[in-house]
Amino acid sequence: MSAMTQVAEKLQPWLAAIDQRPQGGPRWLQDLRDRGAARFSALGFPTVRDEEWRFTNVAPIAAAEFRPTGGDAVHATEDELSGYLYSDAAHRIVIVNGRFVPELSRVQGLKPGVRVGSLAAAVTDQADVVQRYLGQLADFGTKAFTALNTALASDGAFVYIPDGLVVDQPLHLLFVTTASATSGPIMSNVRALIVAGDRSQSRIVETYVGPQGSAYFTNAVTEVFVGEGAVVDHYKVQQESLAAFHIASMQVHAARSSNFSSHSFSLGGKIVRNDVSALLDGEGAECTLNGLYLADGDRLVDNHTAIDHAKAHCPSHEIYKGILGGKARAVFNGKIIVRQDAQKTDAKQTNRALLLSDNASINTKPQLEIFADDVKCTHGAAIGQLDEDAIFYLRARGLTYFEARDMLIHAFAGDILDRVKVEPLRLALEVELYAQLAKDLAEIDAA
Amino acid sequence: MLDIKNLQVKAEGKQILKGIDLHVDAGEVHAIMGPNGSGKSTLARALSGHPEYEVTAGVVSFEGKDLLDMDPDERAREGVFMAFQYPVEIAGVNNAYFLKAALNAKRKHHGQPELDAMEFMQLIKEKSALLDIDQSMLSRAVNEGFSGGEKKRNEIFQMALLEPKLAILDETDSGLDIDALKLVASGVNAMRGPERAIIVVTHYQRLLDYIVPDYVHVLSGGRIVKSGGKELALELEKKGYGWIETGAQPVGA
Repeated sequence: MSAMTQVAEKLQPWLAAIDQRPQGGPRWLQDLRDRGAARFSALGFPTVRDEEWRFTNVAPIAAAEFRPTGGDAVHATEDELSGYLYSDAAHRIVIVNGRFVPELSRVQGLKPGVRVGSLAAAVTDQADVVQRYLGQLADFGTKAFTALNTALASDGAFVYIPDGLVVDQPLHLLFVTTASATSGPIMSNVRALIVAGDRSQSRIVETYVGPQGSAYFTNAVTEVFVGEGAVVDHYKVQQESLAAFHIASMQVHAARSSNFSSHSFSLGGKIVRNDVSALLDGEGAECTLNGLYLADGDRLVDNHTAIDHAKAHCPSHEIYKGILGGKARAVFNGKIIVRQDAQKTDAKQTNRALLLSDNASINTKPQLEIFADDVKCTHGAAIGQLDEDAIFYLRARGLTYFEARDMLIHAFAGDILDRVKVEPLRLALEVELYAQLAKDLAEIDAA
Repeated sequence: MLDIKNLQVKAEGKQILKGIDLHVDAGEVHAIMGPNGSGKSTLARALSGHPEYEVTAGVVSFEGKDLLDMDPDERAREGVFMAFQYPVEIAGVNNAYFLKAALNAKRKHHGQPELDAMEFMQLIKEKSALLDIDQSMLSRAVNEGFSGGEKKRNEIFQMALLEPKLAILDETDSGLDIDALKLVASGVNAMRGPERAIIVVTHYQRLLDYIVPDYVHVLSGGRIVKSGGKELALELEKKGYGWIETGAQPVGA
């Protein structure tokens, strides 16, 4: 009884925030928010008794008081953001504290028909597209954080690529939280809606950042619709403050003969949860989910992926790798569902983690649910420390222990980094990742 | 160049080497032979500084310096090279990149300027012809997916690049067909010279047809029980190791 009361008490400020949810806009949108609000109130925060959250305790998020953003005036300059902008992203939109900032965004010179901009604006400008797609994939019925986002999101990124169009330059969606000087930690419920038309081709980079050391909460939901024969190459860079919470869910619908690839880089955050779910809903749809995460200190990174093979002849490839130091914890749960009709499915999943310290740990679980009989599904997990034999081999050729170790760690991460096709992004990630690793390793050596 | 006195080594809690004495001068090729479990590979690995081999007694001096006091990488930079019996596969590390790092680590140690990419490629071209190393072996990850023969050739190729003063070949012949064996042997023979010493550890006499040693030592039960010239290897080939092992008892006593 008392535990229940406690939970209810904790929920109280959140329910109050939901009562203050954004109003206005078209009726359907208000309905969507109301449904999100109702579901969050009913679900509450997940606990470790939920199978999907067994190893990730979000009580520190539930117990904290975050002020929802939305209407605030925004202070961010191009200079402050320069470290996160990639030089060849000719087109970018910048969302600061949940609000689209036109002065910082660059959307000129796009091919006719391509829309990249504020989601709130698109609700009016692109009413039928937004109404048709928004909230169709994001599962607010069962996922509490998605329900919270659905109730509270007031803006975000909107990307629409018409049928048959090839967008040559990467589109960069930058989500920034700025430090709040006055009113305590803030929460941004941000949203991205990406609609890639049939036979279109595009590259999209989502980046999540915030001022180092500050505590805040990003609750992000991304929906991606990949049209027939479309190619979407998606990158997510989570580089939040090490004291921030980051909960994100990306849901993808892949139509016939499309090709969707996701590359998730998780570098920051105190408690991080990334859900990536792809529904392969047309024959020959191909899906690649790759990820690389880094955690140290007492940070937690949880990656949950799900690939739902609903139709025949769909290949999927998945490689997730993690590097953990300190007392960091990680969770990897990779679900692959093969429906009864999904004959000739070819699914391959690999999960590897490198533990740099004795106190780091990972819980990993492949979850295969196969209902078709003519399929090929493989999965493998390898968790461990650096290969001592490899270290000795390199040392026997004259490299110091430290050089040998760094070479092996870089090789481990390089396998995922090398798959990044946006060159300036790859370089920036390399610099950031290796700088963080160097710091972690220096701490290990000092201990 | 190398002076080993009363070397005793433990591995996995077991005393393997029970007192080895061996003197190797520059310009010489010594073969270490012996039956399985005699301690041949233990000797090679202990000299290279493998952490799983614990030296419990003895002295090893290399060019007047205390070899046992050096870390494995320092030994390598000082000019000791061991060709591995089982070369390690290193995923994700490009072979050419690795070779360049190894070579430059050594050059830096000796106060020489590091080679740039152009100079390095030139050197690679020179040395690779000798061992029939093709371009694809250089662009792949170190030893990953290499055949047994490719791995061994890659070892000798590394030796050719690093130009050690003392090379220790740990059963480099194992698993090689005759063509690969000849290739590896000619690579090693090309490295013979008055400045360099080579220790060939092998179970079989076959390799010694191609790399003709100056001295042959027979190891048994963790001790050198017989030393002689190259004809000793032939005798072993004819009579087998049983002849030595039974005679070993009084020698060790």
